[in-house]
Amino acid sequence: MNMATVYVDNRAYEMDEKQNLLEGCLRLGMDLPYFCWHPAMGSVGACRQCAVKQFRDEKDERGRIVMACMTPAAAGTRISIRDPEAVEFRKAVIEGLMLNHPHDCPVCDEGGECHLQDMTVMTGHDYRRYTFEKRTFRNQYLGPFLNHEMNRCIQCYRCVRFYREYAGGNDLNAFALRNIVFFGRDRDGVLENEFAGNLVEVCPTGVFTDATLKRHYTRKWDMEMAPSVCVHCGLGCNITAAGRYGTLRRLVNRYNGEVNGYFLCDRGRFGYEFVNSERRIRQPLIEGKAVSAEAALARLGELTSGRVIGVGSPRATLESNFALRAMVGADRFFAGISGTEARLLKLMLEVLRGPARTPSLREIEASDAVFILGEDVTNVAPRMALSLRQSVRQQPMEIAERLHIPVWMDHAVREAVQEKKGPLFTASVSATRLDDIAAGTYRGAPDDLARLGFAVAHALNSEAPAPAGLPESARDFVKEAAEALKAAKRPLIVSGASLASAAIIEAAANVAWALAGSMLAFTATESNSMGLAMMEAPALDAAQAAHADTIIILENDLFRRLPEAEQFLERFRHVVVVDYLENATTAKAELVLPAAPFAEADGTLVNSEGRAQRFFQALPPPAPVKESWRWLGSWDKLDDIVEALARAIPPLAAVTRAAPPASFRMSGAKVPRQPHRYSGRTAMLANISVHEPKPPADPDSPLAFSMEGNPDQPPGALQPFFWTPGWNSIQAVNKFQEEIAGPLRGGDPGVRILEAGEGTPRFFEDIPAAFEPRAEEWLVVPLHHIFGSEELSRHAPAVSQLAPPPYIALNPEDAARFGDEAEMLGQRFPLKRLAELPRGVAGVPAGVPPFAGLEFPMWSRILQAP
Amino acid sequence: MLSMIRTIWYVFLHMFHRRVTVQYPDEQPYLAPRYRGRIILSRDPDGGERCVACYLCAAACPVDCIALQATEDSTGRRYPEFFRINFSRCIFCGFCEEACPTYAIQLTPDFEMSEYQRPNLVYEKEDLLISGPGKYPGYNFWRVSGVQIGGKDKGEAENEGRPVDLHSLLP
Repeated sequence: MNMATVYVDNRAYEMDEKQNLLEGCLRLGMDLPYFCWHPAMGSVGACRQCAVKQFRDEKDERGRIVMACMTPAAAGTRISIRDPEAVEFRKAVIEGLMLNHPHDCPVCDEGGECHLQDMTVMTGHDYRRYTFEKRTFRNQYLGPFLNHEMNRCIQCYRCVRFYREYAGGNDLNAFALRNIVFFGRDRDGVLENEFAGNLVEVCPTGVFTDATLKRHYTRKWDMEMAPSVCVHCGLGCNITAAGRYGTLRRLVNRYNGEVNGYFLCDRGRFGYEFVNSERRIRQPLIEGKAVSAEAALARLGELTSGRVIGVGSPRATLESNFALRAMVGADRFFAGISGTEARLLKLMLEVLRGPARTPSLREIEASDAVFILGEDVTNVAPRMALSLRQSVRQQPMEIAERLHIPVWMDHAVREAVQEKKGPLFTASVSATRLDDIAAGTYRGAPDDLARLGFAVAHALNSEAPAPAGLPESARDFVKEAAEALKAAKRPLIVSGASLASAAIIEAAANVAWALAGSMLAFTATESNSMGLAMMEAPALDAAQAAHADTIIILENDLFRRLPEAEQFLERFRHVVVVDYLENATTAKAELVLPAAPFAEADGTLVNSEGRAQRFFQALPPPAPVKESWRWLGSWDKLDDIVEALARAIPPLAAVTRAAPPASFRMSGAKVPRQPHRYSGRTAMLANISVHEPKPPADPDSPLAFSMEGNPDQPPGALQPFFWTPGWNSIQAVNKFQEEIAGPLRGGDPGVRILEAGEGTPRFFEDIPAAFEPRAEEWLVVPLHHIFGSEELSRHAPAVSQLAPPPYIALNPEDAARFGDEAEMLGQRFPLKRLAELPRGVAGVPAGVPPFAGLEFPMWSRILQAP
Repeated sequence: MLSMIRTIWYVFLHMFHRRVTVQYPDEQPYLAPRYRGRIILSRDPDGGERCVACYLCAAACPVDCIALQATEDSTGRRYPEFFRINFSRCIFCGFCEEACPTYAIQLTPDFEMSEYQRPNLVYEKEDLLISGPGKYPGYNFWRVSGVQIGGKDKGEAENEGRPVDLHSLLP
């Protein structure tokens, strides 16, 4: 980084000359108002709010007004923020923006965390002089996630810039002309983009607000918040979970420079409502009847006196899995996944310990050539797709560089680059949402995709084995992809287990290994898939053979794991389940213990990058609910079990460093979960008792269920919410970063526990034969859906509205002999015709009953519906 | 001796002075309308609940004795699902009234709130809501605010133009 001396109000400061003045000032902690600039999207200079006065030299007294976001922080620049003319200019700009702003802050969901409010206060505009009519708009229905209130718009264009240019959507746009610009769709309807929820945070005011929050509305200052980690896929995006009155109210993005940055996917943002679901288990149950915690524990003691086996879960924390493992013994602990999935995870883990490094999402964003093999990333690990979408901007950025256009000058960069895109190649079983930016696409059955991967690896390095008889259609693709990867500085291979094909993973490994210095990213479908794999427990297949009277199942619905879950469970005399939502497995259990879901629990998850991240309770779990590791073990504190697990499982030794220990204090005080304006302390429970209860103690973390504590900035892993004086909105995150859009102060949270190894790997040699369609049978593969395939978010009402009903997808030519419905596995399903699907392959929605729990890929007959 | 007689004389004179003691409670003192006593929730001139559940009173309250939960009716009009004031904590500072953007919460000249049981000092919305507009007869927040509710469409609030027709290209 080249630092330049810039004079602000006659004082010398050091700024990065690659940045603009606005970024420079914000990094130094100065307050300069802005609207249209966004750290992830750069400057366009549209709102004119960050005006400062620039002087030629120290003798220049007149100066001229410039936009800080459009002016580079060049050495020797002299500016003034406090100059009266600049102050007056900014005040006038905001007065103009407020002309049509409705008088509705009290009933606006953005109120109290509104960037427009903050900036208005910052500029000092406080009195309305304009007395003419205000312009009004009609609102649109935009789906179950977002609420639209167009009157509040200040035309900063951030929403369409994010939606269209950053996230690649095309159904939101600016309409009409002059002072009546409308931001919305061409007609009412659900926003199609999977990242539309970010508009809640991108919009500086209340045009787009969280529709799920609206149903149980609470102001930001009234929420009890804690740093948390998303549990709806394997990426481990950082979130802030916020609750009040004992229910989880909403999630917002928690900036982590290495992982999710500024954005989340809609499944992650809106899937949280399963925590408040009516299917929550809130009492211990024996034979379906609620009992006390003591009675439940007594029964657990009886049932575990004999021969016991334990079944862990990829959606339970390391701690909970370890507690079960310690209880039943390492040799009687099984990973709660099918044999196929366990083998695939083990294979991925072994591959990632080879020479190819697993990238963080930030590195994915910075890669300049991508080859996606077999994954529909948008639907399996959605947030990664947003990063991949940015990666195609890396190579064309050289055009802007040649023209000396700074990276942040967004509009100029896009003008220079036009429609040019860096190389991104997708090979998948059906169409994916990234095809629109792909330089090449290939469709095939899983084995054909693997063969394609092997061919690319061979093209890159002749030592890698080549498949025989590759079809003509694939040869161009192989050549182009191999050339693009070879020419790239930071090539990236993306693959995963979502088609349940080991050959695809091996092919992806070959590609990565064939190209020295390339990165290899695997997706994982569940929040702790990688962590569970690192525990190296045998899978459920092995549990079939185990002799035991009692089986303890941890946070796992076996009916989503095994085709014959019923027969499997019948082999045990006693079934104990620890879980938080009722499901088919809890219905079969003799003893059910109420576990705490992520918002009410502490624990550690390992994401698909191999990063261990700790999350903390946003709400105290309502007794007798408690964390699974508390039910199953006798540890008093989280730190004790983390230490025990780090000692017992060497690959996980570093998890102790995922977050500061519970003894961490700042000036002797804990970190408050509640903002200092938290209200209602002496009234919220007064209807039950006028004696205010003591706040719950938290022995597991340095956070307190209180507004008392040290208000200073804790390390990132403990940051319960982003707020600084004058910055009530989420834009306050600027004040918590070392660099704008860089790491959080003190480093980004989490610790990488999976690093690439040394040495030359042996290429995988097992190339599958080409796929041959069968006459009466179809190869059934799972098609993933961002909404509906994941188990927990299915129980969130907003997400479930968008989940697809079960269907069978076939190539139209295959489907010609059927009507609108077809029969499979003895049930009738609507038939979907997907032109992109190869012939001989049938797709069914993954994770959607009755397809959840099937072993994929499988051959199945599809019959004419009677 | 002399001083005793003087004292008796003064006492005698006092019999003809004006009385300052008020015979409370038989006789009620005058309290100005702005007196800060028992808190009420008022209604707007149309009879609707004035409180829009914005949480500002709760945030302003220095003793945190106000708790509420916002909800909406089917037309989008926001109101408190519950509204609770714990008067055993209230210090009658009037900050809530200052903070209220809709004139809903008001302090009244009634201070006779003594109870034998503290729980009886916890007032719910039913106990707080009165049937009139209180000290501010004219104001109706919804007539000014730009959001649409039942009976008031977009563009029908004070100082609002008709909703923009997006399909028109006319200047």
